[in-house]
Amino acid sequence: MENLKNKTKVIVVGGGPAGISAAVTIARANIDVILIERGDFCGSKNMFGGAIYTQPTKEIFPDFETEAPLERKNVTNKYMLLTQSEATTISYNKKTDNSNSYTVIRGKFDRWMAEKAKKEGVIIVTSTVVTDLLMENNKVIGVQTELEKYYADIVILADGVNSLLAKQAGLRKNLKPQDVALGVKEVIKLDSEKINERFNVNNDEGLITEIVGYPMNGMLGLGYIYTNKESISIGLGITLSELVDNKIKPYELLDKLKEHPSIKPFIKDGEPVEYSAHLIPEGGYNKIPKLFADGVLVVGDAAMLVNNLHWEGTNLAMISGKLAGETAILAINKNDFSKNTLKIYQKKLKKSFIIKDLMSYKNLMSEMHKRRYSFTDYYIKKLNAFFDVFTNVDSIPKKYKFRKFIKNVIFERNIFELFKDIVSTIKIILRIFI
Amino acid sequence: MSIDDKLFTVKYVNNINSHLTNDTKECKNCKEKCCTFICPANVWQWNNETQTMTINYENCLECGACRIACPKHSIDWKYPQGNSGVTFKKG
Repeated sequence: MENLKNKTKVIVVGGGPAGISAAVTIARANIDVILIERGDFCGSKNMFGGAIYTQPTKEIFPDFETEAPLERKNVTNKYMLLTQSEATTISYNKKTDNSNSYTVIRGKFDRWMAEKAKKEGVIIVTSTVVTDLLMENNKVIGVQTELEKYYADIVILADGVNSLLAKQAGLRKNLKPQDVALGVKEVIKLDSEKINERFNVNNDEGLITEIVGYPMNGMLGLGYIYTNKESISIGLGITLSELVDNKIKPYELLDKLKEHPSIKPFIKDGEPVEYSAHLIPEGGYNKIPKLFADGVLVVGDAAMLVNNLHWEGTNLAMISGKLAGETAILAINKNDFSKNTLKIYQKKLKKSFIIKDLMSYKNLMSEMHKRRYSFTDYYIKKLNAFFDVFTNVDSIPKKYKFRKFIKNVIFERNIFELFKDIVSTIKIILRIFI
Repeated sequence: MSIDDKLFTVKYVNNINSHLTNDTKECKNCKEKCCTFICPANVWQWNNETQTMTINYENCLECGACRIACPKHSIDWKYPQGNSGVTFKKG
């Protein structure tokens, strides 16, 4: 511990949104902080859908809208409910100067955040893997990298969804295949003019498309399309246990999505420029690990802080990073790095939207696992079938067709199943308001 | 688009040492071998003749899915050394 050569106040492991937010918060209080990133640059190992959210990002970098490398300002949220050959689409559009979110390319955006943090005093070490935590009397006192040991009063673990270090510190257990989704994505290059035309947006405006149903067909998973300046991100996330149980290759699902008749025209003539994959924490509130111990705090994906229904992750990462940073500042001012002081981080999280939101959806994933066939296949097919009946002109009296449709919905499956779906829905909804 | 074509778009810096190792004995007895289909980069391939696993670790996207999915927990999964492995330019 008294090795003063490599001793600093705070070490942050991982240069994603959570780690950078924690580090910059600490540097702003004039406290020494080193951030260690395993990639060549911050962002180089990171992947998401995706979009970042304006308000939480402003909390960390107030001027990001004018300074950061942003792709498009999202003005439309689209929901596509697919069967193999059909699509029912709901689109919500709000043209405003104050956009709720922007699409970004992580290789550029995370790198920009790291540069900003560096200017504010964070020392950033890249291309370095932290292999172990250094412990003394059950306290975390530093980290072991491939080359040397670094000591610190506090270590903040922002090492992502796999967080081998949180496991090593005994803060979390092995994840199970139902606790994570596997995301695969392709970035497809396309002229900005074509993007504007195909998605009905102006320059710099973009949209988020969320896709339910095909090609997941009853498995728990969602597809998406995001528009960048001169490319489209198309991908899907599927619960890992579904791939295991159904013996499915994730990239084959992605190809099926790309080939869907309602999706294919969006990406026509585009050039695939990057394929990527990443895990997404999916366990929600029930899978949050121990968030602190003597000398250590866990933030972002490493703490499983993702709200999957609302596609929120980077915002929970940034705000949890900020709250961990504030806690570290308090601890350093008190010169007490024990869990007694570090537990303030958990209190702050509980007071914030993060734990409140995750509590609201506590039952969501377990109910969805139980009723996944209903919600991601049956009702989507029936919804599309309704529009098929509604729009079809064939000289058969409407009332016969509607009667047949309703009979089908009610009697095609066990009435008991229908009842269970209703109970599940009520359970999920009640939880949100309690 | 084949998986090989997809992987061709990814930037890697190769390392002579694999960051992934398996327990061949466990793999032999494993019925599911789910690593051979859930991996988004097709890293794990079972060779029936030699009864061994071929590990195309240089294609690894470092997602960690195999580590979690392996029913025997017999994959030793580490991050590749700094300066090597995948670099997502777009992510």
